[in-house]
Amino acid sequence: MSFAPDVETFSFPDELRPEIDRILAKYPEARKQSAVMPLLHLAQRQHGGWLPKAALDHVAEFLEMPKIRVYEVASFYDMYNTKPTGRVQVRVCTTTPCWLCGSDDIVRAAKDTLGLEIGESSEDGRFFLREFECLGACCNAPMMWIDDDYYEDLDYAKAVAVLEALKRGETPEPGPQSGRKGSEPKGERKTLVEAGRSSRTPKQPEAATQPSSAPVPDETPVRKGRPEDHQHEPTDPIAEAADEQVGKVKNGSLGDEAVAIDPEPGRTTTTKKDAD
Amino acid sequence: MPKLTIDGQEIEVPAGSTVLQACEAAGREIPVFCFHPRLQIAGNCRMCLVEMEKSPKPIASCAMPAGDGMVIKTDTPQVHKARKGVLELLLINHPLDCPICDQGGECDLQDITLFYGPDSSRFAENKRPVADKYLGPLISTHMTRCIHCTRCIRFLDEIAGVEELGACDRGEHMEITTWIESALTSEMSGNIIDLCPVGALNSKPYEYRARTWELRKTESIDVMDAVGSNIRVDARGSEVMRILPRLHEDVNEEWISDKTRFAYDGLKKRRLDVPFVKKDGKLATSTWRAAFAAIRDELKDVPGNRIGFVIGDQVDCETMVLVKDLATALGSPNVDCRQDGTKLTAAARGAYLFNTTIAGIEQADACLLIGTNPRHEAPLVNARLRKRSRMGGFKVGRIGEPFDLTYPVTDLGAGGQTLRELSDGKHSFAEVLENASRPMLILGQGPLARADGAAILALAGEVAERFGMVGDDWNGFNVLHTAASRVGGLDLGLVPGEGGLDVAGMLQPGALDVLFLVGADEVEAKGLDGTFVVYMGTHGDRGVHGADVILPGAAFTEKHGTYVNTEGRPQRAKLAVFPPGEAKEDWKILRALSEVLGLTLPLNTMGDVRRRMAEIAPSLARIDEIEPAPFGGFGVAGDIGAEPFASPLRDFYLTNPIARASSVMQECSTLFVQGGSTGATGTHG
Amino acid sequence: MLQDKDRIFTNLYGDDGVDLAAARARGDWDGTAGFIQKGREWLVEQVKASGLRGRGGAGFPTGLKWSFMPKQANGPVYLVVNADESEPGTCKDREIMRHEPQKLIEGCLIAGAAMGCTAGYIYIRGEYVREAEALERALAEAYADGLLGKNAAGSGFDYELYLHRGAGAYICGEETGLIESLEGKKGQPRLKPPFPAMVGLYGRPSTVNNVETIAVVPTILRRGAEWFAAIGPERNSGTKLFCVSGHVNNPCNVEEAMGIPLRELIDKHCGGVRGGWDNLLAVIPGGSSVPMIPKSVCDDIKLDFDSLKNAGTGLGTAAVIVMDKSTDIVKAIARLSKFYMHESCGQCTPCREGTGWLWRMMTRMAEGRARPEEIDLLWDVTKEIEGHTICALGDAAAWPVQGLIRHFRPEIERRIEAYTASQRLAAE
Repeated sequence: MSFAPDVETFSFPDELRPEIDRILAKYPEARKQSAVMPLLHLAQRQHGGWLPKAALDHVAEFLEMPKIRVYEVASFYDMYNTKPTGRVQVRVCTTTPCWLCGSDDIVRAAKDTLGLEIGESSEDGRFFLREFECLGACCNAPMMWIDDDYYEDLDYAKAVAVLEALKRGETPEPGPQSGRKGSEPKGERKTLVEAGRSSRTPKQPEAATQPSSAPVPDETPVRKGRPEDHQHEPTDPIAEAADEQVGKVKNGSLGDEAVAIDPEPGRTTTTKKDAD
Repeated sequence: MPKLTIDGQEIEVPAGSTVLQACEAAGREIPVFCFHPRLQIAGNCRMCLVEMEKSPKPIASCAMPAGDGMVIKTDTPQVHKARKGVLELLLINHPLDCPICDQGGECDLQDITLFYGPDSSRFAENKRPVADKYLGPLISTHMTRCIHCTRCIRFLDEIAGVEELGACDRGEHMEITTWIESALTSEMSGNIIDLCPVGALNSKPYEYRARTWELRKTESIDVMDAVGSNIRVDARGSEVMRILPRLHEDVNEEWISDKTRFAYDGLKKRRLDVPFVKKDGKLATSTWRAAFAAIRDELKDVPGNRIGFVIGDQVDCETMVLVKDLATALGSPNVDCRQDGTKLTAAARGAYLFNTTIAGIEQADACLLIGTNPRHEAPLVNARLRKRSRMGGFKVGRIGEPFDLTYPVTDLGAGGQTLRELSDGKHSFAEVLENASRPMLILGQGPLARADGAAILALAGEVAERFGMVGDDWNGFNVLHTAASRVGGLDLGLVPGEGGLDVAGMLQPGALDVLFLVGADEVEAKGLDGTFVVYMGTHGDRGVHGADVILPGAAFTEKHGTYVNTEGRPQRAKLAVFPPGEAKEDWKILRALSEVLGLTLPLNTMGDVRRRMAEIAPSLARIDEIEPAPFGGFGVAGDIGAEPFASPLRDFYLTNPIARASSVMQECSTLFVQGGSTGATGTHG
Repeated sequence: MLQDKDRIFTNLYGDDGVDLAAARARGDWDGTAGFIQKGREWLVEQVKASGLRGRGGAGFPTGLKWSFMPKQANGPVYLVVNADESEPGTCKDREIMRHEPQKLIEGCLIAGAAMGCTAGYIYIRGEYVREAEALERALAEAYADGLLGKNAAGSGFDYELYLHRGAGAYICGEETGLIESLEGKKGQPRLKPPFPAMVGLYGRPSTVNNVETIAVVPTILRRGAEWFAAIGPERNSGTKLFCVSGHVNNPCNVEEAMGIPLRELIDKHCGGVRGGWDNLLAVIPGGSSVPMIPKSVCDDIKLDFDSLKNAGTGLGTAAVIVMDKSTDIVKAIARLSKFYMHESCGQCTPCREGTGWLWRMMTRMAEGRARPEEIDLLWDVTKEIEGHTICALGDAAAWPVQGLIRHFRPEIERRIEAYTASQRLAAE
């Protein structure tokens, strides 16, 4: 494996066209500059985790906006990398709530396991390690954000275990590593004890005139500018396209804006195929 | 009309004013960095904070609309504390290099700190260094000094219409940059040097060359194009050190083009500083006495109709008065100020002026461009068109070559055929012009200088008439000139007299015995065997190639002179430095020559010359006033060729002898016109 | 303690399904059309009557905010939902988006109807990839079921709702920074006035509301404004999601009544402070932007807007960050200073320059590498930033440091002394 190379030219593959159209349809035609962030997300994913200048220029041309405005956006937001980085992006939250709960240990675990300092990528282009500001999982601190998934309730050993599994090419189960499901308190719970079924909110009397199972209106609502069928193939068009583009098999995680309707609602777990 | 109380004083201001403007109207000075009256409000420097009753926090006065009943305080401890605090924060990362900074002496940060700032630093950390940026051959950067006011970004986005500069990264790492190391491609880019309130953006050619307080400042007029931009010439000793814009709301506002600003190094290069006389087929340095004698000898017994005068593009009106009278004294009808062969005549003033006026563009609601690229022919006119376009409700159509003018333009067609369709009302743009209440057209010199120029002029006149472009209070017919001397020349009637030859005629081999090229460098006088060519001018440019005698003249910065811009506005350039070596002011040369020839012109002082000028063209005595010209006299109807209309300028940066001698302009030409690369290297930026 | 029957987010922990059917079973989308058909005024009045105040930090009365939107607007009007949850300590909206997305979507429709909006955008922070996927799934389900789009939920009201992902910038949680970002620019806050209700997204009237604010609205309508208003103290009504993190035995998100005593929240739901209540050092009660309170204040403080304001701090996002006596309190705040430096957008002077200065001084203070008089300088610098910036990030950067100096000045001085002594020793 190696870094995605800098390139002279860049373009979105045709396979991404439906996804791009779906993004563009969200914004008024005259305001398509709004799509710059989603398109940069797509481009970064397509190009193995970072945005070469050619990609920025392509997005600028695509959205008919001055290039400098795209450079500004790409350099402003933390999630865009404008320099080559390793493909697997390991970010450790080190802001105060996580720090209070031992994020220093997680940083140490990442450094020890990956052999990297903060801000470094591994020489084989596989891993990129960085610090990140508060990732909004404070009740499950400390935590890491690896590619698209949060790994929470960590300690040194658990962080090592997650990273070692990744190094081996496995996909560790994301989420809290403590046996918790979400941000409920561990141990005895005082609230929502009937597992969510406890309190069906009673109907308001007046509302009864409007039955909850209202018949579907004659005119089937169709979302403006979008395919009627929201059911996507449960594969990831972006990742596939990215694979094609860089000639590497990337983990099959869901695309930035891709929707996969999970027949069994709940957490979607994807299988990562390692390229090595 | 909201009424406010400012420091206890009641004041009424126009609706739409800001609190800052109200404070200024009340005579309160509010310090600002990011605010600029011609740019959109950014409100980012926070220097203009004032107290407003009922607001718990001080407000940024530049961004707050003035409201009725507001009570504003500008002189309270809270305001002083806020100003001092903002200044302290601006200064913590600002280097203490004022002693070597070009901005020293004219720096807003320096001045404001003196009045409002802390007297010492409490910052014990390391200052933030910022890498300098490459912005091209004109602008050097010292980005550590940048205070992130974003004036430069806003100027390029809004006024110049070239979105190439941005503020990348964020927080304390935010930097003003092109991101990719590349030169700014605006022909107005130099204005960001003036806008920069600190020494972050500097003039590259001027950098480290002088301190502002050493410079002698002369208010003058630019001759790089026919706009007549108001400038200030800063000189030290005998050298022009830099050129800056001067405010003239109706002409250039407070901007100038890069050619106006940066071509001055051409004033020092390839200069003619002694007379030359051809001996044994070779030009040799000589003396004024010998040069005049050679001319006198040559003119002996030559009939007037064998003598001719071609006047160049940067000649002042005073010199043209002398040319006119000398030609008359010599009995020569062969006088022409139209070096490019434009088919405009001196007879109908309304047919050769930019009648709408530059400021008047802001009142127009539709515009037709005919064979002109105003962005290069007159960048300040283009800036005004862009300004109008940004106000909205302004449709621009173009007949001629497509070119990015920085605002939306509808391309209608290539040439005469489209113009004809339009005049017949058959073109879709006809509807736009018909529905406009103040339509205008701009006719460039490209079409006018063609053989069928007179017919094009006539057809343009028809279009103007057809679409009601001219009325009692509106004249939408405009000719855009490119030569600073042209309108003055036409006003003074420097066109062939009865039976006289025009420029093309005079340049025919054997047409003349003696040809005077007065600053004429755009014509080729080489190979005129049998014609004795006298060149009077400033540079060793094209004009000297076929010359038998060279008389060294004064450039526009070296003499007092009147120039009439494309609107018909007479303005006066002033002497900033003396002509180099033996070179003399041009009118004096001709006056002296007339005496040698025994035809002494009775014009002994500048006063005499200007009185004579007023006799010939009274409007030229009313400085900075435009004499409205009657509508009519548009060429001669006729056939128009099929060739597309083209702008006469192929290279914006090299349009005259001064610019061609300028190495800065040469570098720009290489970079921007010839697409070469003098780009970012290790030694740049 | 709030009873389960009065909890709005019954699937907060994801015990139950998140699909539309499961959401309906929990009561979502019940009678929505009926509410909308009662008209804009009625909706705004209900929300006003409920006493709901914004859950994103500022606590502005929601109904009043909605009433600022023009009654007549020729053209698009937008609801923008702030799901850029980035305030350190805050992780409640995430649970709504991944476990109760239909409450948010239904709230968006109702709020949109209440303000005459033509479309809504949910701006979710870019890092919440899985949460965005969950929301997109929920949106697709809602569209497929006719709950959005033309004649949304059979109400006769047309409404489009879109999801927009951010890309990592705390400042996009500021409403005008968010709007700029949504327009495809850097998230630099705008000057106000004009306020978004007049000139917002795409120059059109817009209202920006927090996820939780919007998501509680349908239940308020179903249970009645009086029900919501009856919970919690006056002017601070309703239930609230609290995010308790840091040194408690069982950190968690929990929905409780406004005005719950801090100690009760920690002891009942979070298993108490690590090492017992007496091991408590200080609490940041409302996300990193509010000043901390020392244990003495924590002992009997109630968690609501006004109680906390009176204690010199704020409810903010109700993100309670607990620090026990083992905490290096100076370092904890220095880390927040680093956060604000990193997240400053760079637009205006005091924040761009001041946040870096604060962090550098705070880093030295944490080591004791400073002079005692520099504590006053530090205070001064916070005062040079506070109130002088375009948006509230400057204040947010200043307040934690001020809280530290206010309550722990002796600790800073002790460190400086210790460091100075160690240096003297080393020199000898």
